[in-house]
Amino acid sequence: MSSTASPIVAVRGIGKSFGAHRVLSDVALSVQPSQVVVIIGPSGSGKSTLLRCCNALEVPQEGSITICGTDLVKNGQLIPDRELNALRMQVGMVFQSFNLFPHLTVLENVTVGPRQLRKMSKSHADALAHELLAKVGLSQKAAAYPATLSGGQKQRVAIARALAMQPRVMLFDEPTSALDPELVGEVLQVMKALAREGMTMIVVTHEMGFAREVADVVMVMDAGQIIEAGPPEQVFSAPQNPRTRSFLQAVISRD
Amino acid sequence: MNLDFTPVWQGWPQLMHGAVVTIEITAASLLLGCVLGLLVGIARLDPSKKLIYGLATGYVTFIRGTPLLVQLFLLFFGLPQFNILLPAFACGVLGLGIYSGAYVSEIVRGAIQSIDRGQMEAARSLGMSYRQAMRIIILPQAVVRMIPPLGNEFIALIKNSALVSLLTIADLMHEGQKIISVSYRSLEVYLAIAFVYLILTSLTGLLLRHMEMRLRAGGVVQ
Repeated sequence: MSSTASPIVAVRGIGKSFGAHRVLSDVALSVQPSQVVVIIGPSGSGKSTLLRCCNALEVPQEGSITICGTDLVKNGQLIPDRELNALRMQVGMVFQSFNLFPHLTVLENVTVGPRQLRKMSKSHADALAHELLAKVGLSQKAAAYPATLSGGQKQRVAIARALAMQPRVMLFDEPTSALDPELVGEVLQVMKALAREGMTMIVVTHEMGFAREVADVVMVMDAGQIIEAGPPEQVFSAPQNPRTRSFLQAVISRD
Repeated sequence: MNLDFTPVWQGWPQLMHGAVVTIEITAASLLLGCVLGLLVGIARLDPSKKLIYGLATGYVTFIRGTPLLVQLFLLFFGLPQFNILLPAFACGVLGLGIYSGAYVSEIVRGAIQSIDRGQMEAARSLGMSYRQAMRIIILPQAVVRMIPPLGNEFIALIKNSALVSLLTIADLMHEGQKIISVSYRSLEVYLAIAFVYLILTSLTGLLLRHMEMRLRAGGVVQ
């Protein structure tokens, strides 16, 4: 992958252990503007931890992470809270379990960030939220509470909520893994549209079709390391690492 | 053995007056207890902040580990040694409030910890500070879960407030004892006092159940 332009996300040599268990070792990652990086790999391989490091929900003990040229983690040291909060506004996060705010309506879920953090006026934030809800196909649900939505609808609201902060990069942590199979498509559609618009994205997923279709770079992780990275054609058709081959076989034979 | 409830009927207005004082002192104490409990409960969320956590834990340990009566006497008879003379009512509210704050803090802590970790993560990932996330996302959800146990605390506090009669406060218990001191009808008057406390706690329980039902119907509590 090229590293000519200044990357939106640059991860250099990060490592992390939970006790004696090594979850990440010497991981590097560079994401260029408008690039879509898809991270795949067996469960427990460290992909979610790597993604969560990119907005400091996990803090690596070694290495550095830079977001849009600003240090997030430097030599295993997290930046102070004030700068951290400012940097997190640039990084949108979508969780496997949605994590919508159940006491707020769909509209309020989307506006709470811009209103509280960007000090946007109510009318301005509402207009932005309606625009984003239209984009994810949920205009009619603005007044509903999250508890009344399907999983696919919840995840689309979560995407709108993250987009409302107008982030420079979006992180997706297995966004379709908690969904019923028939609801996966609607979420992937929204993500594909985002990618087409040029959103910079890092996506941890088990959706190989999505990776093949949308990714600029596919990274394969195993045992806390990136064992293979390249364009999807190469990774899926001619994997170099035998562990990639066995992982892909296991995943594809399952489908 | 003959029962004579005449003193109870004659003293009924005094008993009712005492009941009002009991309600006032309980409500004021619970309010103080809620403010204290909220602060202490939040302080006890993070053991890594050693000083604040240590102070909060010391407070809860002392209050829960010593008799309420001793705590009340410390305030009422102990403070004057430092030339701090508080009116009896203030002492009662302070003592009961500090006492209930320890229990409320555990309610607060439990309710906050029962909120899914993903809520804090989602709030922080938007860029909110810990305080903003607490205020805007976590506490509004936690408060709803605090209501039923706070109701139980309120009922317990109504009963415990009988102890403030020993601080010369003219509450229900105290008014009853005054009637006994002139009529010598202990059994009848104590039965009457017990009955009035039972009415107070039952009504509070009903009111709380009604409130909870409405919160559930409104979808606020899942």
